[in-house]
Amino acid sequence: MATLEQSAEGSETARADGGDGVRRRDFINVAALSFAGVGVVAAAIPLITEMNPSADVLAMASTEVDVSKILPGQGIKASWRKQPIFIHNLTPKEIAEANAVPLSELRDPQTLAERTKPGKENWLVVIGVCTHLGCIPLGIGEGETKGPYGGYFCPCHGSAYDTVARIRQGPAPLNLKVPDYQFTSPTVLRIG
Amino acid sequence: MSFSWAKSYEPKSPFMRWLDDRLPLPRLIYGATGPGYPVPRNLSYWWNYGVLAGLFLTIQIVTGIVLAMHYYSSADGAFNSVEHLMRDVNAGWLLRYAHMNGASFFFVVTYIHIFRGLFFGSYKAPRELVWMLGLVIYLLMMATAFMGYVLPWGQMSYWGAQVITGFFSAFPLVGEPIRIWLLGGYAPDQATLTRFFSLHYLLPFVIAAVVILHIWALHIPGSNNPTGVDVKDERDTLPFHPFYTAKDGFGVGVFLILYALVLYFAPNYLGHPDNYIPANNMATPPHIVPEWYFWPFYAILRSFTVGFILPAKLWGVLAMFSSILLLFFLPWLDRSPVRSGSYRPMFKRFFWLLLLDVALLGYIGGAPISPLNVALGQIAAAYYFAHFLIILPLVSRFERTLPLPNSISESVLHGELQEAAPAGTARRKPATAK
Repeated sequence: MATLEQSAEGSETARADGGDGVRRRDFINVAALSFAGVGVVAAAIPLITEMNPSADVLAMASTEVDVSKILPGQGIKASWRKQPIFIHNLTPKEIAEANAVPLSELRDPQTLAERTKPGKENWLVVIGVCTHLGCIPLGIGEGETKGPYGGYFCPCHGSAYDTVARIRQGPAPLNLKVPDYQFTSPTVLRIG
Repeated sequence: MSFSWAKSYEPKSPFMRWLDDRLPLPRLIYGATGPGYPVPRNLSYWWNYGVLAGLFLTIQIVTGIVLAMHYYSSADGAFNSVEHLMRDVNAGWLLRYAHMNGASFFFVVTYIHIFRGLFFGSYKAPRELVWMLGLVIYLLMMATAFMGYVLPWGQMSYWGAQVITGFFSAFPLVGEPIRIWLLGGYAPDQATLTRFFSLHYLLPFVIAAVVILHIWALHIPGSNNPTGVDVKDERDTLPFHPFYTAKDGFGVGVFLILYALVLYFAPNYLGHPDNYIPANNMATPPHIVPEWYFWPFYAILRSFTVGFILPAKLWGVLAMFSSILLLFFLPWLDRSPVRSGSYRPMFKRFFWLLLLDVALLGYIGGAPISPLNVALGQIAAAYYFAHFLIILPLVSRFERTLPLPNSISESVLHGELQEAAPAGTARRKPATAK
């Protein structure tokens, strides 16, 4: 390679820098390497995006739940995208308690109204995945510990949520997330 | 590469001469682990653990390859295939227990190896890259062990995957997309299991490759030794074979006995019973803990309960990652020119305190959450960082070290050599200790 280049430069006829110091060979070199770089990036795209959720995983994007059997004070665990959804029918007492908490006391300030649908303030629907590291908090099932704030308690790292699943204590940064949902009829929820 | 007095390889037969001219593999082995590699003559049994780590890596690769012949990486079949392996496959129980406990033993010997290096200053110049490559191996081991633990698809597997991939969600903006990308879904599922199996099979070979770099970098200056004094001449060294092959062989025998004891009498002692319950994405076990070798880091993660400026969750994750990344800077945090802790009275005390601190972190990481445990964990985690960032730089600055021996052979022979040598030839400039 080196010798070839020398002999090419040595002969007058092969000089191709046109006097400005830029040789044709340099251009070819840069262009070829750049194009190889583009090729590497292009080849990496399928290798990386292959790991994103596949079509069948995305197809489980919505789920319907009949909530007519849930009495006030009761809750159920539904499944959406392989994640648990807590659906809880709040009692008037729980609603009053939640509204009595000043927002300044909250780490992630949200009112009950912001966490529920208008006219359906008694229906708390949240993703039952602790916002710390993803364990399922206790408290939705009958007899499970509800933690110091009477709502949900994550046994993994000790995060405590209140009755409307707002973070009150422990390492979790945010309230339990409210998924996108709507009431398709007075007693049927569609999540997703 | 090696010392000038290293014996060079002489092919003994015409065939070996023929081979040596074409593929000098026997020459490489002779020079790396044979009589052609001179090693300080005073290495103690603490120097066995590198070879022992190599032994357990080999055991893991060999048992792992045969386990993979019986394992299905399917979310419906994984748990059952492991049970089938345990109950129906010939010697399946033995191979699986060997692999499970082999991982624990790999970590035991690696931790001893790391603390050996910490005490004797093996991370100091000219061995900084040996130390850093070792840390890369350690990080790869942690990734491999974590993914391996997910494969049986029991409750601990599933929730371990959920929590550990959850670390990434702590980072703002990019965190959640990264987590979903790693899992291939919104929660651990088939996609997660299959990719973890693929990577769990791949990474041990990557580890083996980095081990080769680690040994290569080690063989440039040669091994450190209990005095920390550099090798000066031929009297300070012995050929690796037969002296250290024999000494390492003894250590291998001892560790294989310990391994067999655990394997045959307490194979599940280090595991967690919840992992014999099939994965259930609707119920978290009440007390989830990682495997014992991650407990100190888990304790650091759990030490952050209130946020300041950044959320507590992000602090926990950052602290946990930086507790290991910090070690990459160790050669420059400890500036003392004396390597061995034996000649550093102040350093020695803090070394044992650090060891106790890590043991305490380990205990806290495995214990259930309680206010006392969290408080203890916070103190221990703060001390861990203080040791490396405050204590070590100060100690290396103000410590009065003990006088170093003139040479390795002198420290071994306690002056007999000097008496026997002609006047003036054995006396050399004393190594300076600041």
